[in-house]
Amino acid sequence: MTEMKSSLTSNLRHLTPARLRLEAGGGAAKLSSVLDFQACHANARDAIRTPVDWRGVTEALGDAAAIQVHSRAETRDIYIRRPDLGRRLRDEDAALLPEGPFDIAIVVADGLSAHAINDTGGALVASLLQAFADLSVAPVVLAEQGRVGLGDEIGAHLGAALVLILVGERPGLSVTNSIGAYLTRNPRVGTPDSARNCVSNIHGKGGLSIADATHKINWLVRHARKLGVTGVGLKDLSDTVPLLGD
Amino acid sequence: MTYSHIAGGETHRFDTLAHVLAAASPLRSGDELAGLAAPSEANRVAARYVLADLPLTTFLEDLVVPHEHDEITRLIIDSHDAVAFAAFRSMTVGDLRDWLLADTTDGPALERASRALTAEMVAAVSKLMRNQDLIAVAARIEVVTKFRNTIGRKGHLSTRLQPNHPSDDPRGIAATILDGLLQGTGDAVIGINPASDSVKNCTDLLKALDTFRQEFDIPTQSCVLTHVTNSIQIIEAGGPVDLVFQSIAGTEAANNGFGVNLAVLKEAHEAALSLNRGTLGNNVMYFETGQGAPLSAGAHHGVDQQTLEVRAYAVAKAFDPLLLNTVVGFIGPEYLFNGKQVIRAGLEDHFCAKLMGLPMGCDICYTNHVDADQDDMDTLMCLLGAAGVNFVICVPGSDDVMLSYQSLAFEDARWMHGNFNTRPAPEFDAWLTRMGLGRDADRRALPDLGDFAKRAGLVA
Repeated sequence: MTEMKSSLTSNLRHLTPARLRLEAGGGAAKLSSVLDFQACHANARDAIRTPVDWRGVTEALGDAAAIQVHSRAETRDIYIRRPDLGRRLRDEDAALLPEGPFDIAIVVADGLSAHAINDTGGALVASLLQAFADLSVAPVVLAEQGRVGLGDEIGAHLGAALVLILVGERPGLSVTNSIGAYLTRNPRVGTPDSARNCVSNIHGKGGLSIADATHKINWLVRHARKLGVTGVGLKDLSDTVPLLGD
Repeated sequence: MTYSHIAGGETHRFDTLAHVLAAASPLRSGDELAGLAAPSEANRVAARYVLADLPLTTFLEDLVVPHEHDEITRLIIDSHDAVAFAAFRSMTVGDLRDWLLADTTDGPALERASRALTAEMVAAVSKLMRNQDLIAVAARIEVVTKFRNTIGRKGHLSTRLQPNHPSDDPRGIAATILDGLLQGTGDAVIGINPASDSVKNCTDLLKALDTFRQEFDIPTQSCVLTHVTNSIQIIEAGGPVDLVFQSIAGTEAANNGFGVNLAVLKEAHEAALSLNRGTLGNNVMYFETGQGAPLSAGAHHGVDQQTLEVRAYAVAKAFDPLLLNTVVGFIGPEYLFNGKQVIRAGLEDHFCAKLMGLPMGCDICYTNHVDADQDDMDTLMCLLGAAGVNFVICVPGSDDVMLSYQSLAFEDARWMHGNFNTRPAPEFDAWLTRMGLGRDADRRALPDLGDFAKRAGLVA
């Protein structure tokens, strides 16, 4: 009977990642659940507070050129309190960026998860560079204390027709190392979010794999180039419509 | 008109009423982000001295958001009850604070105040109140609403069971509802935040919720928290909508950002009423709010976030909701930075909404980039329990796996009932007892999980 009940409980648990208890009149949470929760929260907090290992990311890029820049948010505390500063490039860093034109620029920003960039950032960029082999691609820009909007200013300075920014997403309790990718055509300071396409949930814990993410992003890049638009005007049909050969 | 106060040989000058209100607010990151926070601690207290001496009538004359630019200002001013206000007409904000805290100010007196005071007056007085004051006054106010059960009576605490799932899997959602019911939650509403907002998906979820509720004959209501225009479409197509949900804010421009206005809310309210699905009452709306929403939409008119939050309650009040809750720790650290700010805001939001006569609940919660943890949530849960909050939101193990933030756990509701000597809504409480799930149930005779799971369609 107990065995039957525990197999039922385990079957129900498999239906959702939620922390089901499935006990009537449960009382205080079990210590093992409390500690597991604390471990997950600590991991999420660390993902937000730890700096990215930029040297590791650069090494993963191999021969590709990389330029390191910083947003106007000097510290993590300022970054969290001032979203506006995380979207702007530190004045002196604009001079580090070559003038294009380029078909596309790739920016990697810490966002809210160093774990995401450390775990997947370098390998994802390397995979994208292969997919973009026929395009003129700007040197990869590595941005500290950066939000999604920072890609606009960087892309504008580089003279890039498209900017793709890979950002560490806000960590949850179960996944702390997820990357979100945002593609914006004709990037300019103040571009609204409705003018971007987003591919989110890129991570190795049941999320989008590097290969699948590369396929989706490459599909969006090719169709954005053909249609001359990103955002609400470009629907992600990468699962059904074939990649354009351009 | 300018306002000033002299303290320690220094004159603190405030150019507008909005500046007085902003500077008087306890420190929070959203007002700093907007450039509205007091530049010093001394300036903050000076603003409170100014506020204490302001006649309440000031707020009827000096409008912080212009009448001609904002339909919420027009709603507040044009529907103001001058007769009810007569008893308060000669008071200053400081007098109002003293009156609220007087032993002789009882529930009926507070109910009369709810008709007399505007959102800005309520926001102003809250800035002169300490946390214990916000709790003491709120605890004396009873706001009762009804649909299939009775929510808000003194001695009762309700819960929203929030069975979110990252891909809206109906079986995953059903298993979560089962978990919540086993722990006695779900009387305020069983409410899903859908991962996909499509009308078809939301309709499917509503049908599944309705079937589940009917199978177990639960005296509660269900809701899929989708945009109000989706709910109108679903109602027109004959979908089983108990409650219409919408996020709202305190300025017309911020509501535009949410894609709503008073006219569309009225249309939705009337559509939900036309279904006549409530058995005990006709409160058919469910609203969520949160300090900082107008600023994030660039629609704050230079007014502090707490004052604008209370103006959102004026919107809610126009539609007689069953439920209203602040999502206090969810909006983000750029608005409420840490546990201290979230706790203060939670108490302000609850007090202000209750004083306006609204059925206020709270999503006692935080995201991982807010400097807060479970201890902060335990503290806010205790304080809101003492303040007599109408309902709280609960998820399995405090972990919302769709929205990636932390709210209360199902166990926390039991904890609150035990420590504040409350019960769920009476009709739901009786149902729990019938099902063998009541608080006093014999632990050896708990119901068979297998039978529950079978009836929920989870096993063959």
